[in-house]
Amino acid sequence: MSTPRLGRAPAVLLVPAVVAVALLVVPLVTLALDTPWRTLPQHLGSEVVRQALAITALSSLLTVVACVVLGTPLAWLLARVDFRGRRVVRALVLVPLVLPPVVAGVALVTALGRRGLIGEHLPFSIPYTLTGVVLAHTFVSLPFYVLAVEGALRTHGASYDLVAATLGADRWTTFHRVTLPLALPGILAGCALAWARSLGEFGATITFAGNYPGTTQTMPSLIYVALSSDPAVARTLSLILLALSIGVLVLLRERWATPR
Amino acid sequence: MMRVEVDLPGRVRADLTAEAGEVVVVIGPNGAGKSTLLQAIAGLAPGRVSVEGEEWTDLDVPQRRVGYVFQDQSLFPHLTALDNVTFGPRARGRSRAAAEAVARDWLERFGIADLADRRPRELSGGQAQRVAIARALATDPAVLLLDEPFSGLDVSVQMALRLELGRHLRDFPGIALLVTHDAIDALTLADRVLVLDAGQVAQVGPPAEVAAEPRTPHVARLVGLNLVEDGRDLMAFTPDAVVVSLAEPVGSSRLRWHGPIGTVAPHGDAVRLLVHAGPDLLADVTPAAATELGLVPGLEVWLSAKATAVSRYGARDRPGQGGR
Repeated sequence: MSTPRLGRAPAVLLVPAVVAVALLVVPLVTLALDTPWRTLPQHLGSEVVRQALAITALSSLLTVVACVVLGTPLAWLLARVDFRGRRVVRALVLVPLVLPPVVAGVALVTALGRRGLIGEHLPFSIPYTLTGVVLAHTFVSLPFYVLAVEGALRTHGASYDLVAATLGADRWTTFHRVTLPLALPGILAGCALAWARSLGEFGATITFAGNYPGTTQTMPSLIYVALSSDPAVARTLSLILLALSIGVLVLLRERWATPR
Repeated sequence: MMRVEVDLPGRVRADLTAEAGEVVVVIGPNGAGKSTLLQAIAGLAPGRVSVEGEEWTDLDVPQRRVGYVFQDQSLFPHLTALDNVTFGPRARGRSRAAAEAVARDWLERFGIADLADRRPRELSGGQAQRVAIARALATDPAVLLLDEPFSGLDVSVQMALRLELGRHLRDFPGIALLVTHDAIDALTLADRVLVLDAGQVAQVGPPAEVAAEPRTPHVARLVGLNLVEDGRDLMAFTPDAVVVSLAEPVGSSRLRWHGPIGTVAPHGDAVRLLVHAGPDLLADVTPAAATELGLVPGLEVWLSAKATAVSRYGARDRPGQGGR
């Protein structure tokens, strides 16, 4: 099928579009070109980098787990149960989506910090621990996950839930035998989104959990520190995150698991 | 005995009683409230329902012993045919092995045991609908609800499935309600026909009676009869009892109408005319007569019917038939 010939694209639209592409692509290309490839293995092998990599991997994985465990029921509730104040709950849940991450960090400190409203009554301390990192990551990633899964639950209509109910299934049976399997592609997409968001989290983490090598220093935090002391390391680490991000994008585009 | 009262203001106001073993076919135009009636029984729409002395009105959907065959193909796409049929008995508390045995037995009865491991998208429309009906029956329901179970299937598949369903319905001990817009379903499957029109019960009766003395234009059209109101009476007559002429027929019969031809179409070995003669009337003429008279759309013609070919009956429902 050929595109109908409607004439040339006007320069008024073409030029800004090209500028936009350049704006998005050029910095990434220079990052790739300017990376000290020869010293890359050496940087990767250093203690501080390996620790940051491990903490990032672990915290993003735990964040995804937290999102699945907490976010799936919430998405189900928002998509399937007609309760009073549902719109309000959905709006509140989505606030972190548009909130500046550093504000999220301050909010977490206010609530769960050592002198926080809740934190001062806790027998243990959350800030400046891996738990704190995961908590901050979950705070900013959960809305992405809930949004993706709720969308999947809505498009994979409630009609199958009705069918299951007429067959005598209670809501839990319906959820795990019908709703969940049908929403699986959406759940995987939600995991990818949450993971990507967690991978790059910086503002909330550094505000709430600090930047201690070996305990709370993630890749983005290390990059921030390294940029002033050792720019080559910063560029190397950035390149790794860029590669991971592109990987997520590719997975998402393939829809990770297309429904069979 | 089942008693259903549905009263959704502005949409449906109908009641129905049915005995165990009975097949009630619900017929009526789109939007008459047919599906709503079924949904009310299953608990998917509000309504008062009692079945075999058991009050269902306040029960949740899963607690009602219904089997529901939905209009669209509603098999779970991620489960095999066998798992689809197993789902109901499992959900109602049977062990996996017992539920599977029941499911295999039902697939066997529908002659599709060899398709047990296929997923819905690997089934033809007719096969999928057999699985859907088997799935509804596998929970041993008190009430079987079928919402246009043959819609969207090839005509030949429809007929085979209709006859097959008829066999199963004869053995079915509960109450069966089937919604359709096809007269043949009513005539082949029904013990009783319920005609809904604009959300009201217009007529209830045995299929032969409803087909011979329809009370709504919709049913008349479905069974291919002309229906004319005459004071407090209705008159029904077949299209081949209508005589078509270009000049006003002589004689004193009141049974004559005048109007332009709407459509001309072949019908069996005759030519069927739709004439806008006050009421729209159907008339069958021989192809030779159609050519001789030059019958084309737009031509003004006279129609008449012999009084002996017309069945005349009261327009109001007789008492005790359950209509409102």
